Amino acid sequence: MNTLIFRTMAPLIAAAMILFSIVILLRGHNDPGGGFIGGLIAASAAAVYGMARGVGEVRRLLRFNPIAFAGFGVVLAGTVGLLSILYGVPFMTALWLPGYAFGVPGAFDIGVYFVVFGTMTAIILALEDGGEGV
Amino acid sequence: MAPTNPGVALTLNFDIFAIALLLSPFAAALLAPAMCRHGGVAAGWGLALVPAALFVALLTTVEGVAAGRPVRLAIDWVPALDLRLSFLIDGLSLVFALAITGIGAFIVIYSTSYLHDHRHRGRFIAFLLLFMGAMLGLVLSDSLVGLFVFWELTSVTSFLLIGFDHEREAARRGAIQALIVTGIGGLALMAGGVLLHHVAGTWTISDLAYSPTLREAGWSYPWVLGFIVVAAFTKSAQWPFHFWLPNAMEAPTPVSAYLHSATMVQAGVYLLARMSPLLAGTPQWQALLCSFGAITLLWGGVAALRQTDLKQILAQTTIASLGLSVMLLGIGGETAAMAVAAYFVAHALYKAALFLVTGIIDHGTGTRDITVLGGLRDTLTITFICAALAGLSMFGIPPLLGYLAKEEMYAALSTGDAWGIVAIVVMVLGNALLGVVGLAVMIRPFMGPLRPTPHAPHEGDFALWIGPALFGLASLAVLFAVSPYGELLLAPMASSIAGHPVESHLGFAVDFGALPVWLSLVTWGLAIAIYWQRDWIRAAIAKTVPSRAGKLVSRRRARAVPRATAPGEPEVEAELDRSVEERAVWTWDRGFDQAMFGLIRAAGGWTRVFHHGRLELYVVVAFACLAIVLVTPLWAMNDWPALPHFAGGAFYEWGVIAMAAIGVVMVVLAPSRLGAIIALGVQGLAVALIFMVFGAPDLAFTQLMVETLSVVILALVMTRLRLSTRDPRPYEDLARDGLLALLIGGSVSLLLLRVLQGAFDGRLSEFFARTSVEIAHGHNIVNVILVDYRGLDTLGEISVVMTAGIAVLALLRRQRKRKAVAA
Repeated sequence: MNTLIFRTMAPLIAAAMILFSIVILLRGHNDPGGGFIGGLIAASAAAVYGMARGVGEVRRLLRFNPIAFAGFGVVLAGTVGLLSILYGVPFMTALWLPGYAFGVPGAFDIGVYFVVFGTMTAIILALEDGGEGV
Repeated sequence: MAPTNPGVALTLNFDIFAIALLLSPFAAALLAPAMCRHGGVAAGWGLALVPAALFVALLTTVEGVAAGRPVRLAIDWVPALDLRLSFLIDGLSLVFALAITGIGAFIVIYSTSYLHDHRHRGRFIAFLLLFMGAMLGLVLSDSLVGLFVFWELTSVTSFLLIGFDHEREAARRGAIQALIVTGIGGLALMAGGVLLHHVAGTWTISDLAYSPTLREAGWSYPWVLGFIVVAAFTKSAQWPFHFWLPNAMEAPTPVSAYLHSATMVQAGVYLLARMSPLLAGTPQWQALLCSFGAITLLWGGVAALRQTDLKQILAQTTIASLGLSVMLLGIGGETAAMAVAAYFVAHALYKAALFLVTGIIDHGTGTRDITVLGGLRDTLTITFICAALAGLSMFGIPPLLGYLAKEEMYAALSTGDAWGIVAIVVMVLGNALLGVVGLAVMIRPFMGPLRPTPHAPHEGDFALWIGPALFGLASLAVLFAVSPYGELLLAPMASSIAGHPVESHLGFAVDFGALPVWLSLVTWGLAIAIYWQRDWIRAAIAKTVPSRAGKLVSRRRARAVPRATAPGEPEVEAELDRSVEERAVWTWDRGFDQAMFGLIRAAGGWTRVFHHGRLELYVVVAFACLAIVLVTPLWAMNDWPALPHFAGGAFYEWGVIAMAAIGVVMVVLAPSRLGAIIALGVQGLAVALIFMVFGAPDLAFTQLMVETLSVVILALVMTRLRLSTRDPRPYEDLARDGLLALLIGGSVSLLLLRVLQGAFDGRLSEFFARTSVEIAHGHNIVNVILVDYRGLDTLGEISVVMTAGIAVLALLRRQRKRKAVAA
C-alpha cells in the first residue's frame, strides 16, 4: 500500500473527496445526496489519507478528536431544531431564511454530515492505529 | 376544569410569583454551600430567614382558609396533556406547611450550631432546604403528578440527609434502606395516581375528592386503596414496613428531629388524610388502617420500652405515634379528624423538641444512653425546661396541647360497639406507653444524682435551645389561645380530612360524666405504673421476646447493605456474617437484608445464564430468534407468498443479478477470509447497482459508500483481531452456521415477497411527492423526508450513531489497556 504513487496522490485524492462530499451534502436537497452520504465520503477520505500517510497525520490535520465532530453534529442538529422555541412553534419545525435558499433542514443536514463523518472516522482511525490515539 | 368548591380566583402573574415563593427553599439550597463557606454562623441565620418568611407568608392565609376560602395557585405545565402545576392551600396543607416551615426554620438555626465545626455544614443545610422544598411541594400540590414528583423528591433528599455521614457504613445502610422502602411506596403511589386519573379523568386532587365515579366503578376502588395504602404505609413506617425508621436515626440529630416530627414520615399520614374524603368510610379502609395502625402503635410503644438510647427510644415512639394517626384516620368521622389534626400539631411540637433536646444532651455530655445520664437539671436548666414542656405534652397533661389531642381521640372512640372497645383498649395502652416515654425522657436524664458522663456537661447555646423552647411554649400557648388554635388551624384541617366543614369544640372544660376524662385518668395511671415498674417490665419483655439489643444489633448495623459481588466471586465474608446472624432472632430488619441478598444472588444467576461471554453463541441465538420471529407469522396464518415470476427483464438487469449471485457464491467458496470480505463487497456493489437500475439513486449512492467502508472496516478488524487467514471452523459449526444463514436469508426473502404482494397504501408517498416542493422547498424527496418531515427520527438516529461510535472506541480502548497490562 505504501507505494510512492499512492503516498503522493493520497492527499490530492482525499482533498477531492472532501470537496466532493461537501458538494454532495449541499446538493442533497434537490438532487441525490445529503448529509449521510456526504459524511460517508468524507470518512472515506480520512481513511485513504490514513492508509497513505499514517493515522497520526490524520489526527493532527483534524485537530480535534474525530468523535468530537460527531458530538458537534448532534448538538448542531438539536440546536437548530430548538430555534423553533423563538417562534413558538413545535420542536424541529422547518424555518427558512428569506428566499428559501437555506433553513433549519439544511443546517440539520450539516449536523448529520458531521455525525456520520466523525463516528466513521473515529472507528476507522481507532482500528487502524489499534486505539492508541483514542 | 372548573373547581367544584369555592376558591379564590387569582391572576396568572400572581400565581407564578406565589409558586416561586413556595419553592424558594430550592433556590436557598443552591446558595447554601457558598454562603456557609464565606458567611460562617451568620449564613445559617440568614438561610433560616427563608423558611421563616414562608411561615409568615403562610400565616397571612390562615384567616381566609378558616373562612372556607382555600387559596389555589396554578400554572400550565404540559397543556397538551392537560397537566397543570397546581397548588392548593386548604386547612390540611396549611397546617402541614406551617409545621414544615416553622419547625424547619429552627432546625436550620439549630444545625448551624450543632454542626458548627463540620466541614460539610453548607452541604448539610443545602440538603435540609432541598428536603424542605420537596416536602412543601408535596403537601401543597393539588395535582397527582406534582404530588408524586415531590413525594419522590422527599425520598431522594431524605436519602441524602440520612446518609450524610457517608463515611460510616451504618449511615449508608440506613439511607439505602429508607430509599428502597419509600421508593417502593413511591411506585405504588404512581400506580394509584395513574389509576385514579384513569377512573376520574382528572389529575387535580381537589376535583377528585368530589368525583363520585371512583366508588361507582367498583373494580377500581380496592386497587386504588391498596396502592395508596402501600405508599402511605411505607412512608409512614407502618408495620411491617417500620424497620427503616430506627435505622434512619443514623442521620445527624437535627435531621431526625425534622424528618420524624412533622415531615418525611408524616407524608404518609398526609396522603391518607388527603385521600380521606375520596376513599374513607368503607369497611376495607377501616379494617386496613385500624388493624395496621393498632399493630404499629403497640409495636412501637413496646419497642420504645426496650431501648436505652434516647434517639432510639424517640424513634420507636415515632413509629407508635404514626400508628396512632393512621388508626384515627381509619376510624373516620368528624371527631377523629379533629383528633388527627390536634395530634399532628401536638406531636410535631413535642417530638421535634425532644429530638433537639436529645441533640443538646448528646452535644453537652457526649452520651445519649438513658441509663448513664442523670442529674443534669442544674447544668442544663433551659434544656430541662424544654424537655419538661415537651415530655408533659407527650404525657398529656391539661394545659398542654397533647392533652387536648388525647381527649379528642377518646371522644372519637366513644361509639360503644365491640370494635370501639377494642380500639379504646389499644389506644389507652398505646397512649400510656407513649406517656411512659414522655416521663422517662423528662425525668431520667435530669433528675436524681448527677452521673459521670464522657465529658463534663454544659448547656447548649442560644441557637440550640431556642427551637425546643419555642416549640414547648407553642404547646403551652393553647392554654391562652384555645379558640384560635381550634377554629383557625385545627377545625379547617379536620374539615379537609372529613370532606365537609367541622366545628371546633376544643376546650379545657371537663365533663366528668363523659368517657374521655376517665380514659385520660386511666392512661395516666397506667403510664405512671409502667414507669414505676419499668425495669421489671423490660426484663419481662426481654425474657419473652428475645432481645435484639446489644452486641448483635451493633454487629448488624456495622454491616452495610450487601455489595454487589461479581459472579463467581467468593462470598465467604457474607457467609460468615450470615452464620453469626443465624443465632439471632429473625427481625424485619434482617428480612430486608435477606431480600437484598436474594436479589443480588438472583441477578447474578440470571447474568451467568444469559451473559456467558461467548460471542458466537450470542450471534447464533440472536439470528435464530430473528428467523423464528420472521417465519412464525407466515406459518401461523398460513399466508405464504406466491412465487414471483421472472418474465422479461433487460440483459443488464440479469447481468447485475448474476454479479450479486457470483459475489455470494464467492463469499462461501473463498479460500481466505480477506477474499471472502472482498467477495462480499462485490455482492454489495451489485445490490447498489440493482437500486440504481430500479430508480433509487439515493439508496444506491448510500449503499455504495456503505459497502466500500464495510470492506475497509472488516479488513481492518480482521487484521486487528489477528485472525488466521483461513477459517478454522469444524464441519459441525459450518453446518450449523450455514443452516442459520440460509434460514435468515430465506425468511427475510419470504417476508419481503409477502409484503410486496400485499395491497400498497400510497397515501404517504403521494403526500410527500405532492408537498415536498410546496411546503418543504426541496426536490429530493428522500432527503426532505430525512431532514424535514422525519427530522426527529433522524435526530434520534444520529444520536444512536454517535453513541455506537463511542461504544466502539471504548471497546478498542479496553482491549489496548488489557494488552498493556499483559505486557
